[in-house]
Amino acid sequence: MAGSRMQLELSRVVHGTARLGVLKGLGSTGQHSLDVPCCLLYTHFGTVPHLTQDTLHTISSLPFVTQVALSHVAEHQDVLEEFKDGLKKFAGLRDTALFCSLHDPAAPCPTGYTTNKTVSVWGSGGRIDMSVAKFMALQKVVQPDWYQSMADGETWQINASRKRVRKSVDRTLAHLDECLLLHQKSQELDRVSMFGVVEGGDILEERVRSARETAKRPVAGFCLDGFQSGAMDPTLRIQLISAVTKELPEDKPRLLQGVGRPDEVLECVEAGVDLFEGFFPFQATERGCALCFSFNVSPDPERAGGTQTDLDEEQHTAGETQPNGDLNCDDQTQMTCFEMNLRDKRYQDDFRPLVEGCGCYCCKNHQRAYVHHLLVTNELLAGVLLMIHNTSHYQSFFHSLREALAGDKLDLLKKRVLGGSCQLADGINVDNSKRNDRD
Amino acid sequence: MAAATVRGVDRNTSESLMSLKKAVTAASPLALRIVAECPVTKARACDLALPHWTVSTPVFMPVGTQGTLKGITADQLESLGCQICLGNTYHLGMRPGPDLIERANGLHGFMNWKRNLLTDSGGFQMVSLVELSEVTEEGVKFKSPYDGKEILLSPEKSISIQNSLGSDIMMQLDDVVSSTVKGPRVEEAMHRSIRWLDRCIAANKHPDRQNLFAIIQGGLDAQLRKACLNEMTQRDVPGFAIGGLSGGEEKDDFWRMVTLSTDYLPREKPRYLMGVGYAVDLVVCVALGCDMFDCVFPTRTARFGSALVPWGSLQVKQKQYAKDFQPIDPDCQCPTCKRHSRAYLHALFKSDTAAMHHVTIHNISYQLTLMRSVRQSIVDGRFPEFIRTFMKRMFPSPDQYPGWAMEALASVNVALD
Repeated sequence: MAGSRMQLELSRVVHGTARLGVLKGLGSTGQHSLDVPCCLLYTHFGTVPHLTQDTLHTISSLPFVTQVALSHVAEHQDVLEEFKDGLKKFAGLRDTALFCSLHDPAAPCPTGYTTNKTVSVWGSGGRIDMSVAKFMALQKVVQPDWYQSMADGETWQINASRKRVRKSVDRTLAHLDECLLLHQKSQELDRVSMFGVVEGGDILEERVRSARETAKRPVAGFCLDGFQSGAMDPTLRIQLISAVTKELPEDKPRLLQGVGRPDEVLECVEAGVDLFEGFFPFQATERGCALCFSFNVSPDPERAGGTQTDLDEEQHTAGETQPNGDLNCDDQTQMTCFEMNLRDKRYQDDFRPLVEGCGCYCCKNHQRAYVHHLLVTNELLAGVLLMIHNTSHYQSFFHSLREALAGDKLDLLKKRVLGGSCQLADGINVDNSKRNDRD
Repeated sequence: MAAATVRGVDRNTSESLMSLKKAVTAASPLALRIVAECPVTKARACDLALPHWTVSTPVFMPVGTQGTLKGITADQLESLGCQICLGNTYHLGMRPGPDLIERANGLHGFMNWKRNLLTDSGGFQMVSLVELSEVTEEGVKFKSPYDGKEILLSPEKSISIQNSLGSDIMMQLDDVVSSTVKGPRVEEAMHRSIRWLDRCIAANKHPDRQNLFAIIQGGLDAQLRKACLNEMTQRDVPGFAIGGLSGGEEKDDFWRMVTLSTDYLPREKPRYLMGVGYAVDLVVCVALGCDMFDCVFPTRTARFGSALVPWGSLQVKQKQYAKDFQPIDPDCQCPTCKRHSRAYLHALFKSDTAAMHHVTIHNISYQLTLMRSVRQSIVDGRFPEFIRTFMKRMFPSPDQYPGWAMEALASVNVALD
């Protein structure tokens, strides 16, 4: 299996498909592990947005895996080649495993630039064309612990034709075979894990074909691509994800790309997903929002996420906060109902922490009024404090999710997460029309 | 106009007498202990006890304009060894406003900074930032850039805002004139600043916990400076600032005004040189007898990728550093230099704002470390030697030493050659 030592041990499967387990064999010596379901640490070129190592490590229990996108790395290929010791060392990352994805899940990726032999990534300096040879040469200088194979994921547009979708599946399999060949020949990638990528757009047969074919290859796990929020109807998405995971071997991890909303995370975990990209806290930060949804299923009131009273209060607050908060997933930059907009004037003289009971550096030391002030004056510290809180809150949510899976409390967790502010009658059942009828 | 001025003086003199009495009875919340004095120059190392912390001087005070130091958390600032930082009254008075900050337990509570804060009077920003400002005996009149309303910043108003902010050191409102202006306006501003000082002293509601510093004015005219020093040192204020400099004047004029001021300022009170923050200026002005400094330069320049180093500065964003795998300064002990290379910072500037934070941390660390080294050398009795080593490192060769610095140092018995 391409030299990999990565190993998934499932401890529990709930409702037939929701998986609880440990991903073992991570890190340079293989002694580290990742409890799943889990989300990776989202970065810009190895740096969690806005944070230095000091501010990042105020957050307790960070995941052991850091994600970096090839789109940020590609333009620095010559630098990394000269550096020789890999991106982790170059970026000053210690005590973490590195996962290298193709794209940045929080950055737009224009379509229309793939060919049979190449895909394109977009860095700060513009588009970079990538063949499998170049892709693999990059992996050799990045030296991640784990990466995804090159993939043609341009099928998320609403009107992608069946022919285009079929082509993307074929191309992605061809890229995978080529990547595997080069991977096996490469000494540098000897102990590195490769994930195959499942494509297939919104066409069930193509999704199943892609999953089956990919599963035949010696990959360490699977990336589920083309499901990003807004790409398709959420009900269809869950159907497709369920169909895909059914085709995949039980003992290998599944990473869902481009999905981060807590309600969607829960649905997708139920459909058999183990890993997520951690970009959602960053998106909330960029729009001046603090994550405030409830997720506490623990009887221990010390745990973050709020007690029942907090829940009621948050419900009230969030309801007030964003009368236009919407469940329209089309625009990933738009505020969701899991967050509060601290730019809002109501927080001007609100001397409470962002979330009562939250133990993050921001909530322990600062008040909503201060973060509001930093936002309206465009101060850089706003991004720092929000990113600390949002990352911490989101990681705690995943902790709670694992706890819920372990303790048969998934339904309770769903109620908490959705009940807080997103008043959905029955799970996620969103049509494309805007829903402003919250109250 | 003249009559009005005279009336103003009369009224304010009586007020100032009252406040003098008050000042005598109430001990100021500041104590200066001179730890060491350089036997050669006018430099001194002091412990300046303020309500929230004891500050080791000479000290550089980073500027946190709007209640935050540009992307750096209070904890980070504290761990860099910062003992006092600045907030700007003009900015904070506008947003979020004095009432809100008072409700948040002052600026300390609002930004959660446990050590000392110094606030300026707001006058400088008013003159430099706001186009429509008019200075009268009453105060500085200007239009709010946020809602266009006309606002008067009087000495009383400035102190009232600073009282709400709760800073450990407040600055008097002074009549700021550009240091390049000459003529009667400079003299008028100097006299007005004295009158405003008396009004500020009288307006201070918290003399028991907030120190009010006077600001010496007088432009580049030695006679005016002396007159101002003579008047202001008669007031019982806990400290003095040297103002109206560092605004684009010739360095030759600058250092002469500084040294003249420290000659006349009382030994037992702290001296704060406003707006000075370049490394060479800091070292020279410590030699001339100044204790405290502030400047936005180190933090502002950091955000453009300019890192301060013992040999000047290093522009991290320049192409030559793309493959330079050393830290900014291999001898620097700051968190940035301990972890990151020039090459990584160079690349990160294209991806994330954290790159700015890294260089900001480095630059604050540079300034604070420089001042700690200066202090240590004064305590050890080797400050002149420190200056020579510092200058050698800063300039490629002695013929590049700036003339004004050599002259200034020679005036305090330090020869560089």
